[in-house]
Amino acid sequence: MTVTDVEKNAEALTMKITSEYDAPVERCWQLWADPRQLERWWGPPTYPATFVEHELAPGCFATYFMTGPDGDRSHGWWRIVSVEAPRSLELEDGFGDEPGNAGGMPMTRMSVHLTERPDGGTRMTIESTFPSREAMEQLISMGMDQGMQEALSQIEAVLAGT
Amino acid sequence: MVVDLLADDARADLVFNALADPTRRDIVRRAMRGEHSVSDLAGNYAMSFAAVQKHVAVLQRAGLVTKEQRGRAQLVHTDIDAIRAATLLLDRFEELWRARLDQFDGALAD
Repeated sequence: MTVTDVEKNAEALTMKITSEYDAPVERCWQLWADPRQLERWWGPPTYPATFVEHELAPGCFATYFMTGPDGDRSHGWWRIVSVEAPRSLELEDGFGDEPGNAGGMPMTRMSVHLTERPDGGTRMTIESTFPSREAMEQLISMGMDQGMQEALSQIEAVLAGT
Repeated sequence: MVVDLLADDARADLVFNALADPTRRDIVRRAMRGEHSVSDLAGNYAMSFAAVQKHVAVLQRAGLVTKEQRGRAQLVHTDIDAIRAATLLLDRFEELWRARLDQFDGALAD
């Protein structure tokens, strides 16, 4: 497991996840900056991502779709807020095929920082901020796997019974 | 109320085990409608106060109810919305990112 720390704040609606890698900062940065390498990890194995546009420059968009087992596609986008290659990237991360939130879908603000460890490896922190609890609920349930949804509805069914 | 229902398998086991008992389900339902002291709850069942207290403790460990000392009474309450509360959502989000970062690590190796 590469994750070394997770800080969650249920009031501020933020999560900061820290992970460490033996590879140098430049190598880790490539996984964000090169769309073909980004595709290899952004989507879950059952919904791999394909980036259509990808320009890491302030104000620019990256757009992608994830393809499901039945060929179904779900679209997503990033709006780049700031970039400082190869150390930091700040963006808005949203769902829907209308980049920039024209569709009114909620989005997450994401801030990525890569720092060099004394041994030459990399520490990566990713901080995500949700605009509201409702938005968080909507966004995360979209990424929620079927098993979890079933488990939750099972609980509700059990409690609703008499 | 801090719940991380189902955040991991161990937690899910606690939740489903807690709800596998009819008395405990009844306690959760009552607690969903308002606060009850443990002794009030005990009045509803043909069992000892200590037995009801044990049931409440199982629910508490599963994160399904909370117990608060108010004066001499121990008040049990819950909020079904808590299942969908921010904490749970952040736990899910953490899982999503852990899986994603595992893939990041894999992509890095190539």
